[in-house]
Amino acid sequence: MNISKNKETSLKEAIRKYVADGCHMSIGGFTASRNPMAAVHEIIRQRTGNIHLYAHSNGQGVDELIGAGCVSRLEIAYAGNGRFAPTCVRFKKAAQKGSITVEDYSNYQMTLRFLAGAMGVPFLPTRSSLGTDIIAKWGFSSEMRAADPRIPDQKLMVMDNPFGSWGDAPKLVLVPAINCDVTIIHAQKADREGTVRMEGLAFSDVEQAKSAKHVIVTCEELVEPDILKANPDQNQIPSFCVDAVVHVPYGAYPTACYRYYDYDPTYLNEYRRYAEDDGLYKTYLEDFIYGLKDHNALLDKIGRDRLEKIRADQRTGYAVGLDRR
Amino acid sequence: MTMLDYTLKELMTIAAAREIRDGDIVFCGTGISMVAAMAAKNISAPNSVIFFETGAIDSLLEEVPLVVSDSRVMFWTSVNGNLADAFAAMQNRITGPHVVGIMGAAQIDKYGNLNSTAIGDYFKPKVRFSGSGGACDVASFVGRTITFMQHEKRKFVQKLDYITSPGWLDGPDGRKKAGLPAGGPASVITNMATMGFDKTTKEMFLTGFFPGITPRKILDNMGFEIDVSRAKEVEPPTESELKILREKCDPQRLILG
Repeated sequence: MNISKNKETSLKEAIRKYVADGCHMSIGGFTASRNPMAAVHEIIRQRTGNIHLYAHSNGQGVDELIGAGCVSRLEIAYAGNGRFAPTCVRFKKAAQKGSITVEDYSNYQMTLRFLAGAMGVPFLPTRSSLGTDIIAKWGFSSEMRAADPRIPDQKLMVMDNPFGSWGDAPKLVLVPAINCDVTIIHAQKADREGTVRMEGLAFSDVEQAKSAKHVIVTCEELVEPDILKANPDQNQIPSFCVDAVVHVPYGAYPTACYRYYDYDPTYLNEYRRYAEDDGLYKTYLEDFIYGLKDHNALLDKIGRDRLEKIRADQRTGYAVGLDRR
Repeated sequence: MTMLDYTLKELMTIAAAREIRDGDIVFCGTGISMVAAMAAKNISAPNSVIFFETGAIDSLLEEVPLVVSDSRVMFWTSVNGNLADAFAAMQNRITGPHVVGIMGAAQIDKYGNLNSTAIGDYFKPKVRFSGSGGACDVASFVGRTITFMQHEKRKFVQKLDYITSPGWLDGPDGRKKAGLPAGGPASVITNMATMGFDKTTKEMFLTGFFPGITPRKILDNMGFEIDVSRAKEVEPPTESELKILREKCDPQRLILG
């Protein structure tokens, strides 16, 4: 929550200020779309560690944060990237090695948990996952929960419908609210006051943003407030929810940003090959993140030709005919 | 008669597409399920509506999406919503029963329960997979589900290492006892066969075997026995089905290979 009229800042400064060691964080986007990748890389560059990360189905951003050793605990529904990585590779390795502690939920449950946080209620009910190990098996032990006031004492709870036969749902699963220290999203448009406009699918970015103590928004275009106010029904997040606005063209690259650019299949396929080998992954981090000053340096390294190939077609919002093999 | 040339993936895709009824609301995951839904819409179920957990409804899929968040699912939709909307439509007591969900998993048992989370001990997994995503939600809520599987002994198991998505749980009353909505698994499609679930016992049984595959071979590749007495040979894809699949659904062969 922040009522300043000018929240424009640099990415370095926003990450330094709001993403601390050990913070509880969520990032927006979904698998290979609109992940706040410039911000993810800046977190990696600042060598922030011990992050407790929340995600529904974030693919690339989650995998790179884990791969770089920034994450110690993860609450997640899905760590995959479709055809680019059926299971995110660095996530898989870390979970198998035990270098991160994982707790599993479903996508709807994670969305409802953010929504509960945004609504200011401790939990919301759903009928999802009754009879499954998502309820039976806790990733975080009772001791770990008791030791950290930012984690609820229970994972999920099943209750009988207190309204009896009303609604024809005898049992309900209660999912606990999430209120992160910081949520980072990448949007198509924002203004300096913090109003946000996403185009295409919003995923759960709105719930994630509204449930967080602090919100960083990176955007393709930083526009005048009057431009967003002229069509307010297209805006999703009001300015007071947002703490920092950073203008970062291609800020979701190598993931897609609808109507601006597609995902970069070359990058995502190469990334998987780097990720599969520990030694090569060190090279990836050095060459694509640590060794670069900022996101612009990454774009320079990728080159105009590659970016031109993924430029979104005006009619469809994606790069028609892009070689995606 | 000449034998038509088709690949196993094409046969599986068409077998799934045939399970989709005109007017179904089709929930799609990534990969082959998306191509099956596109095939059904282009062949036998023109009034079906494809929708994605990310919130896109009735997308015009001019190119096959590679992830459910692909910009391709956002083009020419009736509504671009969000996850909260999409899952609510499946949990909704009016719309949910009309949804057919297409999914996949690492393990399945005879009641159609699915594991897409981990092999081995959950706390020290031998192999870790992506996790539920929306699969558990879909399997919990919708009218019926179709599951794609690789037909291997280690995948058709007596006991799942982790129940990610509920099928019929432990039998005919499983879902009711757990408090789940009435839907449940309808069929399983593999690289060898099609299977259904018995009306009374809710146990998996063989409904069809692919040309050239014997029921014996199918059983040899499963970790549990199923009834094969009701099985027939699966009709191969027709020329027109193949033409549509190849030309309209995945001309770049991104999924069909």
